[in-house]
Amino acid sequence: MAQQTLVGAINQALDQMLGSDPDVILLGEDVGLNGGVFRVTDGLQAKHGKDRVVDTPLDESGIMGTSIGLAIAGMKSVPEIQFDGFLGPAYDQLVNHAGRMRTRTRGAVTVPMTVRVPVGGGIHAPELHSDSPEAIYAHSPGIKVVMPVTPYDAKGLLISAIKDPDPVVFFEPKRVYRSFKEEVPEEMYEIPIGEAKIVNEGEDLTVVTWGAPVFQCLQAMDNLPEDVSVELIDLRSIYPFDMDTIAQSVQKTGRCVIVHEAPLTCGMGAEIAARIMEECFLYLQAPVQRVAGFDTIMPYYKLELDYLPEAPRIQKGIEECLAY
Amino acid sequence: MPHHTVYEAKIEHLQILDEDGKLDKKLAKDTLSDDQVVYLYEQMRICRELDEIAFKLQRSGRMGTYPQNKGQEANAVGSALAMVKGNDWVVPSYRENAALFMHGLPMHYVIQYWMGDERGSKFPAELNMTPLSVPIGTHMLHATGIAWAMKNRGEKDRAVITYFGDGATSEGDFHNAMNFASVMQVPTIFYCQNNSWAISVPREQQMNSRTVAQKALAYDMPTIQVDGNDIFAVYKATKDARDRAIKGGGPSFIEGVTYRLGDHTTADDARRYRDQAEVDAWLDKDPLIRTRKYMESQGIWDDKKQEELETRAQRIVKEVVDAAINVSKPHANEFFDDMYATLPEDLKLQRETMRTSSIGRNPSQIGLKAQATEAR
Repeated sequence: MAQQTLVGAINQALDQMLGSDPDVILLGEDVGLNGGVFRVTDGLQAKHGKDRVVDTPLDESGIMGTSIGLAIAGMKSVPEIQFDGFLGPAYDQLVNHAGRMRTRTRGAVTVPMTVRVPVGGGIHAPELHSDSPEAIYAHSPGIKVVMPVTPYDAKGLLISAIKDPDPVVFFEPKRVYRSFKEEVPEEMYEIPIGEAKIVNEGEDLTVVTWGAPVFQCLQAMDNLPEDVSVELIDLRSIYPFDMDTIAQSVQKTGRCVIVHEAPLTCGMGAEIAARIMEECFLYLQAPVQRVAGFDTIMPYYKLELDYLPEAPRIQKGIEECLAY
Repeated sequence: MPHHTVYEAKIEHLQILDEDGKLDKKLAKDTLSDDQVVYLYEQMRICRELDEIAFKLQRSGRMGTYPQNKGQEANAVGSALAMVKGNDWVVPSYRENAALFMHGLPMHYVIQYWMGDERGSKFPAELNMTPLSVPIGTHMLHATGIAWAMKNRGEKDRAVITYFGDGATSEGDFHNAMNFASVMQVPTIFYCQNNSWAISVPREQQMNSRTVAQKALAYDMPTIQVDGNDIFAVYKATKDARDRAIKGGGPSFIEGVTYRLGDHTTADDARRYRDQAEVDAWLDKDPLIRTRKYMESQGIWDDKKQEELETRAQRIVKEVVDAAINVSKPHANEFFDDMYATLPEDLKLQRETMRTSSIGRNPSQIGLKAQATEAR
């Protein structure tokens, strides 16, 4: 096993899927010769050819729409949308066509497509390069949404996503692209979509998060008094999501803090809090707390760390929930 | 040469069968045989019958909103004949029913669909056909993607045709599809049924372009304007485009100039926005009238054959409509079944209980209070 970054693990998964399935095709802006603006697809065109790793026109709706057509014809299309904020032009194709096709044809026409999208803030990027729109797509029926943050999870979930017979939006927390390394097996493996991961077991309080804030939560937990025992859950899959793991944990701890970068109102935290209220009502010892992005536009980078749920704000949320 | 012309272009118009049913024999060479003309006429007439019956069904409350094809049938039948059934893909909008029927779609699918039942979009896979597409101008990208897959797989003898209206060419996705198809040089045929109206907005207000066909020039795509009510011209243009496509010549554009003789849909009343005189002028250009005139002039059609065809059309449509009306209502849990290949657990629970309230979905929660108290 070799140490891999998130970028390296995703690259390896794409390389192996291209190598093992002739129907897999990668397409997007600058993904070929240039290897993508984050170099996630570096070297793949040289290895697999220009017909399989394709530099497209600068057109998100076109990338999404032709990817749907490729998938309808039986290929496994893996489009890259260069940044989270650029999903806008592709929204109609993704939600109104990819998400609806299977059900509106009662299974006759399907869209096995995996949309890769760098997501989230924290890298001093230009405007519209730092958004977290996962709840929008979790709210759109017919689409699956995942957001792995560790290299190991990313490889396994990406292989699952590409093999999945339905459209999957695969969000890649760009803040973590090169900031963390871990052992990633060389061989191909799958992590099922819909399963959360308990990063840290604990007894006093449950923290549910996903994406880059997993690392901010770990930092916050390090700063808590030693006798406080926090259970940290990395959701990994946004839809479908693993409510069983959350409910079991909250029934044990009685307290829960949900952390996400996306704006508070109607974020995934709202859905999870409602589900905790339904499934853990009599176990709760404190109101579920949400530490999230504010209901504002994600600010340009001078203020981005004031917007994002950084460790001190998460720590405060945990402490207040514990003190209730 | 500091100031010179770097690009010049022109748009050609093709008409082979004129409004009086007169054929330009020279241009008609290697197009349609007499048998094919009769076949296409029959297809148009049957489709027209469906339109008339669907209109009555809607008015009597037995069908939802329905868009009539009336007046535009020559575009569908002429182009569908030029494509290879069961081999090529057809990516429709919703005003080319006859093309779908000619490529093997049983008529009851279309009726069932407009009667509000998704099972009418579950087309048999071997037809290579996507479902009717209601949002305007977004499906041409799928046609481009499907053609791209053909190119990738080296399926050299296949092409895709996609249909849309003049209004659709204002949409961004139209241009996106044209650009992608052109850049990737895929075998897509873009067929625009320019019927002059996008609901209430006339073509001149939809675009400031003299022709729709010229929009393809921006993508260096072979393009032509044809008389869309002339089955010979429609067939020839589509055949040429397909021949080019399978030889690796990439995409083509065809503008069929036609007219929507009916309302936009049964929910629309075109008298609110267009003059009857304009409609009357186009009634004379009806593709059925001119094709019949031509066939009669050739001695391959007469009143008796017409009568037989009308009886046959009525019988075909009546049988299909009767069957559609008697189809049982789908079970409510059907709208869950195909949301995903494998239903997530949450959706399974919603499907089984037809509830979203948590206590309703899990009545054992009512007893939970006692259990929880004991547990502490």
